[in-house]
Amino acid sequence: MAIAMRLRAGGGEIRILMTHPSENGLRKDAKSGQLVPAHFVKTLRVAVNGKQVLDGQLGGGISKDPYLAFRVRGMNTGDTVSVTAEDNTGDTGSVEARAG
Amino acid sequence: MNATRRLLLKSAASAGLVATAVAAGLLKPRAVLADWNSAAFAARKPADALAAIGAGDAGASPEVRVKAPDIAENGAVVPVEVLTTLADVESIAILGEKNVYPLAALFALSDFDGSLSTRIKMGETASVRAVVKAGGKVYTATKEVKVTAGGCGG
Repeated sequence: MAIAMRLRAGGGEIRILMTHPSENGLRKDAKSGQLVPAHFVKTLRVAVNGKQVLDGQLGGGISKDPYLAFRVRGMNTGDTVSVTAEDNTGDTGSVEARAG
Repeated sequence: MNATRRLLLKSAASAGLVATAVAAGLLKPRAVLADWNSAAFAARKPADALAAIGAGDAGASPEVRVKAPDIAENGAVVPVEVLTTLADVESIAILGEKNVYPLAALFALSDFDGSLSTRIKMGETASVRAVVKAGGKVYTATKEVKVTAGGCGG
């Protein structure tokens, strides 16, 4: 299943919100009492006009629906920002937007 | 692949063994961040996680600041912002020091402009630690967050 992502860029800042359970493998299901298997986003890459500005490694310690915002030098209105993510099950997601 | 992973997990118990794994070519040098750092994310102690990301000698710096709430009512979602005035930032790591797996994330950065925010889980009251690598050196700072309801499911 594709990882759904939302991206906003502008004013020198890139903001990413993913829809993902981010299970660390330590949580027990309230009903069954069984451990919920680990299911979390592992890698996140962000590029501005094709140049990588962030290469992220994430663990299950990141909250559900992972959020990341960061400031980048030299990003201008109209620049293309692209984001790709992959989780520990091999699911991927990507999104692209122009900086406002 | 599985054999390598198993070796890495075992090796995580000892920095010395990790060094051996590096020498054996099983682990890529820390400068290459493309591969997910299994040893660092599997580490159960902050010191081991720091050693695994090459930040064992990080010194406290007033140029690194962790912004997080004094009290988090929901440990499942603790907003954390890492602020730094350091130039040439190469990477930022974020750790929840008392979490089962302390390392939450590690970001390699280019053209970084001083602020990175995310949300992490915290099982109990603890320090959030940020580690910033800049100009070939590692710096660190912490912020205590009181957690009134844990977020790690036990």
